[in-house]
Amino acid sequence: MGQTIIEKILSSHSNSQVYANDLVVAEVDYIMGQDGTSPLTIKAFQEMGGEKIFDPAKVIFVIDHNAPSPNEGVSELHKLMRDFARQKGIYTCDVGEGVCHQLVPETGAVGPGSLVIGADSHTCTYGALNAFSTGVGSTDLAAALISGRMWFKAPDTLKIICHGELPPGVYSKDLVLFLTGQITADGATYLSVEYTGQAISALSQDARFTISNMAVEMGAKAGLMAADEKTFSWLESFTNKKYQPVEPDPDARYFRIEEYDVSKLEPYVAKPHTVDNVCPVGEVSDTVIHQVVIGTCTNGRLEDLRIAAGILKGRKCNKDVRLIIAPASRKIMLDAIKEGIAETLIESGAAFVTPGCGPCVGTHNGVPSDGEVVISTANRNFKGRMGNSKAFIYLGSPATAAASAITGRITDPREFLK
Amino acid sequence: MFFEGNAHKFGNDINTDYIISGKYKFKTLNMVELASHVMEDLDPDFSNKVTPGDFIVAGTNFGCGSSREQAPLVVKYAKISAVLAKSFARIFYRNAINTGLPVVECDTDLIGEGDVLEVDLSHGFVKNKSSGVSISIKPLPGVMIKILNDGGLSAHFKKYGGFNFE
Repeated sequence: MGQTIIEKILSSHSNSQVYANDLVVAEVDYIMGQDGTSPLTIKAFQEMGGEKIFDPAKVIFVIDHNAPSPNEGVSELHKLMRDFARQKGIYTCDVGEGVCHQLVPETGAVGPGSLVIGADSHTCTYGALNAFSTGVGSTDLAAALISGRMWFKAPDTLKIICHGELPPGVYSKDLVLFLTGQITADGATYLSVEYTGQAISALSQDARFTISNMAVEMGAKAGLMAADEKTFSWLESFTNKKYQPVEPDPDARYFRIEEYDVSKLEPYVAKPHTVDNVCPVGEVSDTVIHQVVIGTCTNGRLEDLRIAAGILKGRKCNKDVRLIIAPASRKIMLDAIKEGIAETLIESGAAFVTPGCGPCVGTHNGVPSDGEVVISTANRNFKGRMGNSKAFIYLGSPATAAASAITGRITDPREFLK
Repeated sequence: MFFEGNAHKFGNDINTDYIISGKYKFKTLNMVELASHVMEDLDPDFSNKVTPGDFIVAGTNFGCGSSREQAPLVVKYAKISAVLAKSFARIFYRNAINTGLPVVECDTDLIGEGDVLEVDLSHGFVKNKSSGVSISIKPLPGVMIKILNDGGLSAHFKKYGGFNFE
């Protein structure tokens, strides 16, 4: 019987023929912890009686969620992480290097066929590189640090086929918001999603990461794509390592298949306070905003900043709007400087913050006040997400965010692309 | 495992930011301190309303959102004995079992705010003492029963030195 992508990856990592619903203890290729989850991982590691890391070369710690530290409590936990990493030989990306979900792919250690776990729910991002990567908690991570293995129940697969071409001014973020609205916040719970079709193939690698990043917002365990020449050329800029693409068998068994024609899609936003509360931008275009955030593991890549700069070039942010930009990595920030993108954005009125998670998780870098409205390129708009439960968060594409920064209200970016 | 207590009802899609906000959870590993903020953005007074042994009862997709293990831990440290929901988000579900917090999938429409419940995990039933209705529960996968019975994944690893599902 044929296998899906995830069944093949679980099989190759467990020396067995795996199908949906099988229980597997699989070898893990790469393990990531960030500063919100690693301190508890260290605690669990000690409780388990852990001494050695199974292979320190396969582990990365990233300090990105609160970087630089906003208070002494966080500083103590960062110190705990750094000390543990030094002692165990774990490579650590410290303040200013960027968001874990950009840095892990930039290591080159993850590619087609890899099996990766990370103590962060958006670890599903690397599915865009044809890897099975998924978020786990701190205790699972500690178990993998000791054993190099993790148990999984092999998931069923939901195949999403996207036909057609995205119209101008409509981006991968609009597509993934549309899909999340269709599938709903728990419509893919426990499932692996395979994204395929002409519209997915047409996307750049940067744009593909945005889609896989948000698979967890439908409840999915993974958001996988096939590997093609774009995948390999992206990887080649970071590593010489050779990866073999993993394709689903023609007779693979799918739990469910959904097909969409994307050629009529328009820019979308997710309204407060759930990610599947999606509507076309036009329906909320009179909404006054106070802050715009461009960045995060969803949309802080070079292409995202380039799109925003294209709209903001020669224009100014509305005087009543703060535009905050958090590039996803130091490399991206440097590239944005070299390309003149950073200059354009700063001239328009943008405030750059340290490459990392920025204001997305509500600990620093732009906590909104009571009643304020934020449009962000992030992946979550839960009440209180940005540190104030009385604020309102809309999610949109970098283009929608940039256009909104100019007008001071939620704005269809196509108004600026004519 | 047998528990008795009152039900505190919540809706669908209760995410981990609601269970414990990011603005607190990054600062400390002191779960007692964090537990005073459990569910704060939905009900600022919630931690004071809980009598030890009570239950959180919710709709679908409980625990969606981030992988923060602080979420099941603060529920446990708030002295909640178990979470009952129609369905759970997968990372929260794993984290709860790994940290020894019982999670029960059942039809929570049969439970009202303040109802007195008996939850018997050994025999696999929930009884709503206020209404007299018995509610069937979806059994945990065998692996998770093993981890929960060992007292969580840390205790399981300490006992066996690795995964042992034989």
